[in-house]
Amino acid sequence: MKIAVCLKRVPDTTAKIVVGGDGKSIDESGVKFVPNPYDEYALEAAIALKEKAGAGETVVVALGTDAAQETIRTALAMGIDRGVLLQSPGSADGFEVAKAIAAELKGQGYDLILFGKMAVDDYNHQVGVMVAELLELPCVSAVSALTVEGGALTAEREIEGGVEQLACQLPAVVTADKGINTPRLPSLKGIMAAKKKPLETKPVSLGAGSITVTSLALPPERQAGKIVGEGPDAVPALVQLLRTEAKVI
Amino acid sequence: MAAILAVTEQRGGALRKVSLEVISAARALADQLGASVDAIVLSNGAVDGAGNLGSAGADQVLAASHDAFGLYSPDGYAATIASIGGNYAAIVFAASAMGRDLAPRVAARLGTGCATDVTGLGVEGGKVTATRPVYAGKAIQKITLGGSPAVVSIRPNTFPVSTGAGKAGAAGTVAVPAFATRVTVKGVKAPEQAALDVTEAPIVVSGGRGLKEPGNFKLLEDLAAAFGSAAVGASRAVVDAGWREHGAQVGQTGKTVAPTLYVAVGISGAIQHLAGMRTSKVIVAINKDKDAPIFKVADYGIVGDLFEVVPRLTDEVKKLRAE
Repeated sequence: MKIAVCLKRVPDTTAKIVVGGDGKSIDESGVKFVPNPYDEYALEAAIALKEKAGAGETVVVALGTDAAQETIRTALAMGIDRGVLLQSPGSADGFEVAKAIAAELKGQGYDLILFGKMAVDDYNHQVGVMVAELLELPCVSAVSALTVEGGALTAEREIEGGVEQLACQLPAVVTADKGINTPRLPSLKGIMAAKKKPLETKPVSLGAGSITVTSLALPPERQAGKIVGEGPDAVPALVQLLRTEAKVI
Repeated sequence: MAAILAVTEQRGGALRKVSLEVISAARALADQLGASVDAIVLSNGAVDGAGNLGSAGADQVLAASHDAFGLYSPDGYAATIASIGGNYAAIVFAASAMGRDLAPRVAARLGTGCATDVTGLGVEGGKVTATRPVYAGKAIQKITLGGSPAVVSIRPNTFPVSTGAGKAGAAGTVAVPAFATRVTVKGVKAPEQAALDVTEAPIVVSGGRGLKEPGNFKLLEDLAAAFGSAAVGASRAVVDAGWREHGAQVGQTGKTVAPTLYVAVGISGAIQHLAGMRTSKVIVAINKDKDAPIFKVADYGIVGDLFEVVPRLTDEVKKLRAE
């Protein structure tokens, strides 16, 4: 099996967000960057599938600045065989990113192309699906359970109030949701081995796209409310406030 | 006249409520653009509730019928919408499980970008603008969509439903084009108990590590049942510990919710959790630690032992609803 995993470098979810001087992006100083958490599920799925198959190749593809090399090394330390960095500052338009990634993956003989269901920075939730459309491949998004067998896959995805069950032939694109697996941590041996694994860098230039960010701002602060009281005796007053003041029950 | 396409959702032959939010959002946008609204209903037969689409703001209701459209058909729905999408100034989806899968498919087929999970829509200089939370709501991005059509998905529970239009939309049909089925939806497994999704419930009761063990979530289920239309959510800590399904997780690596009332029980309020619920209309916190960060965003707080406070709250809510 030949499997590609697409990876993005994002700010850690615990990072405090400060708007940068341009008023359109974040101030990256002092922010810790990590592999996108949903992409870690995709990495784990790829490594586990290759282990189960006993043969094949896993490749991680990231689009980002040179700083993303470190993120790729983390994936290599988990057990991915080699990495490709598409050097680009990125785009607010996910379709432009999808076009660059699709061009890299096209004709490379991948049986499976994995993504995280979304990146926790821009919340675009679309690049994996768009890549599948561009490559005219079957795609199942936001997968929380995956079985690959005999050239086909079955998958489950959560929908409101239920679980959708899907099937398709390989080659295919899958985007991973939480629940699909538990990503492994890189071992010390893996970290050492990652330093020697191939990492290819290629500059790419993205189109202008149709989406322009005009501003980035922090949301209005929520005013701290009132402590109604202490212990169960405060409950009647709370219920009264919810009914007469907030009018929500 | 320019037109906007609103993509509705049905499940099991019944229109989903989020469809009315989509049409209302499309209507508001259409009024600014001087455009009309077409609503598309994809199904394999009659859809309960489709008659309400006119009063929510649709000028025309387009039926796209196909035997394979009883369940979601990723390839069939995308092919159908893409076949007419080029005629519209904008296409509005819900950022639901279906819309998040479908909107980028349609955008890619039309060769344009897609703005997902928007919480506000407007028009400036003839172009569609949108606001959307990024970094799980820790920041708000404003964007301009230069593509034609402008493809957007709206966050559920965010756009008000208008029912004032008071007219039935004209009826039309859309021919479903031939399409290749690359992915088959085999079925939908319903949970053992039909539960509201945290992203769509008007009231969400969430629990964290303060509940001490998984069995104690029964207290929150009881409270949710007392409220009526409520869902039970959870913090990342308890989902990671395996106490609750990941679908219930509220926060940056889980779901972002915006209910009318959010009750945080035994949740300290880590930054990634706050990111997922800060746009709730009213927040109530119950925590034994008076310095917990959750009280900084809560409208109302009770400092105390949740094992005493929650059962009392359940009783009081039951009493109120019995009145």
